[in-house]
Amino acid sequence: MELTTLWFILIAVLWVGYFVLEGFDFGVGILLPVLGRTDKERRVLINTIGPVWDGNEVWVLVAGGATFAAFPEWYATLFSGFYLPLFLILVALIFRNVAFEYRSKGSGERWRARWDAAIFHGSLVPAVLWGVAFGNIVRGVAVGPDKEYAGTFLELLNPYALLAGLVLATLFVTHGALFLALKTTGDVRRRANQVALRVGPIAALLAVAFLGWTYVERDGARLLEWYAVLAVVAALALVGALVAAHRGRDGWAFAGTAATIALAVAALFVSLFPEVLPSSLDPAWSLTTTNAAATDYTLTIMTWVAVLFTPIVLLYQGWSYHVFRRRIGVANIPDDEPAPEPHRPTRPAAARS
Amino acid sequence: MDALDLARWQFGITTVYHFLFVPITIGLGFLVAGFQTAWHRTGDERWYRLTRFYGKLFLINFAMGVVTGIVQEFQFGMNWSDYSRFVGDIFGAPLAIEGLLAFFLESTFLGLWIFGWDRLPRRLHLATIWAAATGTLLSAYFILAANSFMQNPVGYELNEATGRAELTDFWAVLTNPVLLVGFPHTVFASFLTAGALVLGVAMWRLIRRRGVDTAAFRSAARLGAVVVLVSGLGVALSGHLQGQVMTDVQPMKMAAAEGLYQTSQPAGFSVFTIGTLDGSDEVVSLRIPRLLSYLATGDPSAAVEGIDDLQAQYADRWGEGDYAPNIPVTYWTFRLMIGTGALAVAAAAWSLWSLRQGRVPTSRWLLRAAVALPLLPLLANTFGWIFTEMGRQPWVVFGLMTTAAGVSPGTTATEVALTLAGFTLVYGLLAVVEVKLLLRAIAAGLPHEPPPPEPGGRPAGGDAEELDEDERELAFAY
Ligand code: HDD
Ligand code: HEM
Ligand code: HEM
Repeated sequence: MELTTLWFILIAVLWVGYFVLEGFDFGVGILLPVLGRTDKERRVLINTIGPVWDGNEVWVLVAGGATFAAFPEWYATLFSGFYLPLFLILVALIFRNVAFEYRSKGSGERWRARWDAAIFHGSLVPAVLWGVAFGNIVRGVAVGPDKEYAGTFLELLNPYALLAGLVLATLFVTHGALFLALKTTGDVRRRANQVALRVGPIAALLAVAFLGWTYVERDGARLLEWYAVLAVVAALALVGALVAAHRGRDGWAFAGTAATIALAVAALFVSLFPEVLPSSLDPAWSLTTTNAAATDYTLTIMTWVAVLFTPIVLLYQGWSYHVFRRRIGVANIPDDEPAPEPHRPTRPAAARS
Repeated sequence: MDALDLARWQFGITTVYHFLFVPITIGLGFLVAGFQTAWHRTGDERWYRLTRFYGKLFLINFAMGVVTGIVQEFQFGMNWSDYSRFVGDIFGAPLAIEGLLAFFLESTFLGLWIFGWDRLPRRLHLATIWAAATGTLLSAYFILAANSFMQNPVGYELNEATGRAELTDFWAVLTNPVLLVGFPHTVFASFLTAGALVLGVAMWRLIRRRGVDTAAFRSAARLGAVVVLVSGLGVALSGHLQGQVMTDVQPMKMAAAEGLYQTSQPAGFSVFTIGTLDGSDEVVSLRIPRLLSYLATGDPSAAVEGIDDLQAQYADRWGEGDYAPNIPVTYWTFRLMIGTGALAVAAAAWSLWSLRQGRVPTSRWLLRAAVALPLLPLLANTFGWIFTEMGRQPWVVFGLMTTAAGVSPGTTATEVALTLAGFTLVYGLLAVVEVKLLLRAIAAGLPHEPPPPEPGGRPAGGDAEELDEDERELAFAY
């Protein structure tokens, strides 16, 4: 296999990992105001993802870094072209991540309500916008002869891409709800299951519409039949997930949405290949795995690094999920810390003997 | 201002901001690991409580390091797309490797450390903080490798056909002389920063909260002070080596750091200068004879090239243009880096003296020093980076690409202005929140709960009754 093809696959794998993993923690974030009726319930939700969200997020950082290394032109065009959406994603992620860490370190209802809002919006905005971004990548954007994006911000908000955003957001909500059903106890668990069963069918309908539209949109793509196979299996996995959720098989249900997301993302990449960013202006200007790639030497080094270290990363990330495998419920959440001791100034000068 | 200037401001602001948290993460990670190891070794709960106390400060800081880092990762593509195209073949690799080797390690093991107090056996739990701390060092190494390439491009070839710099020797990139001296300098600076934080906080507690946890904070203060003193020596030695490498690979930066217009042999070191820096006017200045020659080359009587000569040489080589960086900025940031760092070292020495033979300090001046202590090294770091980066100008990659050529051609000034304003606002807001939380955590003092039980173990207090694992409260929860 060509190294460029291998790296196309590896980058697809990184995005799959990112969406499957961060997908459920985005979902949990979006569900925070819905499923967390009391402060302790909200803390249950947050603590199910507490130990892992940062590790999940690194998948996108590595995806970004790997794109820079393996396909510098793709990295440059994509991130300068999708400038404002990316900025919004970054701001959303900033608030969301800080919120996890800071929410319980202060006290007072207002303090917490604000961070809860940050978690909600900080999860919803990237979920939708990553969808919009992927929609645009698959559909192709106005890439000029200099490989720079020549379109505008508003062009990125076309119906197809917006649908992709909705699909991703609803899938993540379903995925997150099933994760919560798997990781919590009591009321929260029951309600999470209900939400999954309610949002899941909507996600399924939207996803089928989007995957169908993609088939039309990518007419003539080299691997279109493979795309179709993957897309159909993705849709079936979602139906399977909902059936399992209905029967109360939390583990299978969660595995089902994980498979859906993985297969759908894989399908999109397959529909792209060998392009990485089609040009809507002139096919000759499209970025491809060959004209956007780094040199073979760089790709060889990167391949060795990936081959040696990815298994280790998977091993310890897996172990961390194992360590925190236990369900949690309201009873496991400790009470708030007492507020700091009141300020008792001891004047140093007076204290001097 | 055009898109280029705005993009430069954006890069400067966001990166300087990121680097306020970075050195604390790197240094404090190891110091907290040290506290926890001391607890593990001695069983003395004082160390456990210090671990939790400084661990909390560490986490408040870490969160900011992470979120500001995410911006960094995408910034090259957003504002510097032509730069990214030009160097991606070389520059992307260390960035990607940093993610794979370092960020996964840091984030996963820190998650295990934060939430694992009652989930992991104590030895394993201790190992997680060491793993996370190691991750920060790896991260520093690879990102500095990327940065060092910009200061001193090595291991590449220019491809005429594609107009790109292409990697030919990755090992050369990883052993760039600028990196080999810059990495220890940055790591020592990070330890200095974290040591000063530990010391400053402990001194503040000792003076303002007399009689509360005195023994523990005395230990912390002394440890912090020693770390500052040792790292102070480390930054001075590594800085000296950096000066020599710099004279070799970026002589213009060295000349600019000194405001040295005429090539001199031997050259004196300018301690400060008042008056104009353009070299035309006679200026009041204090010079230490021969010191610059020694710093720059290791030989007190060697010649050091001046800006005017270098400008002529560079113009011969790369054509007409202004090849000198902003002299006042480079001149003063270099001095301020050393000066603010030296002040921190002095404050640490004084604090250590005040703690001798079981004493507990009370002086109001020491209290002021305690407040200044964590801030001084942050300033020194900032000055150090501004010096390094502005001293490289007008180049973004020295000798290969100018900063002006690296900017994204497609992004408009309005867009850059918008994101610049956005990031500045968000960062400003978060700075207020973070400082508030840090002060609150410092005011709260050491925790008094006993260490959590090990998994499967009995609850502390010896109440012989075993708690049902599923019913137990989490030892740590957000
Ligand atoms: C010398 C050290 C150093 C330098 C020069 C930089 N960083 Fe940094 N960075 C770190 C040292 C570090 C760290 C110690 O590893 C951090 C700080 C706090 C943290 O969470 O990890 C980090 C965090 C951090 C993160 C978040 C990682 C996570 O989610 O765990 C990213 C994506 C970056 N950085 C990227 C960058 C980029 C692209 C830089 C170049 C402009 C950069 N950093 C400069
Ligand atoms: C973390 C510590 C760092 C700080 C505080 C810092 C600071 C700065 C500053 C102040 C500038 C603006 C210089 C100017 O415009 O005159 C700059 C420019 C730049 N730096 Fe750094 N830098 C840091 C690390 C890095 C690293 C690690 C890299 C690359 C891996 C990097 C890449 C760049 C680039 C591409 C520019 C070009 C933009 C410009 O010149 O304005 N910097 N940096
Ligand atoms: C005697 C004391 C010091 C000397 C001689 C010294 C020397 C240097 C030199 C020559 C550079 C520029 C390297 C280059 O551009 O290639 C530098 C950069 C830097 N310095 Fe210092 N320094 C000293 C103290 C400090 C202190 C106390 C701190 C912080 C606590 C500090 C933090 C930095 C940082 C963060 C950089 C930029 C990163 C780098 O280039 O490695 N330095 N220093």
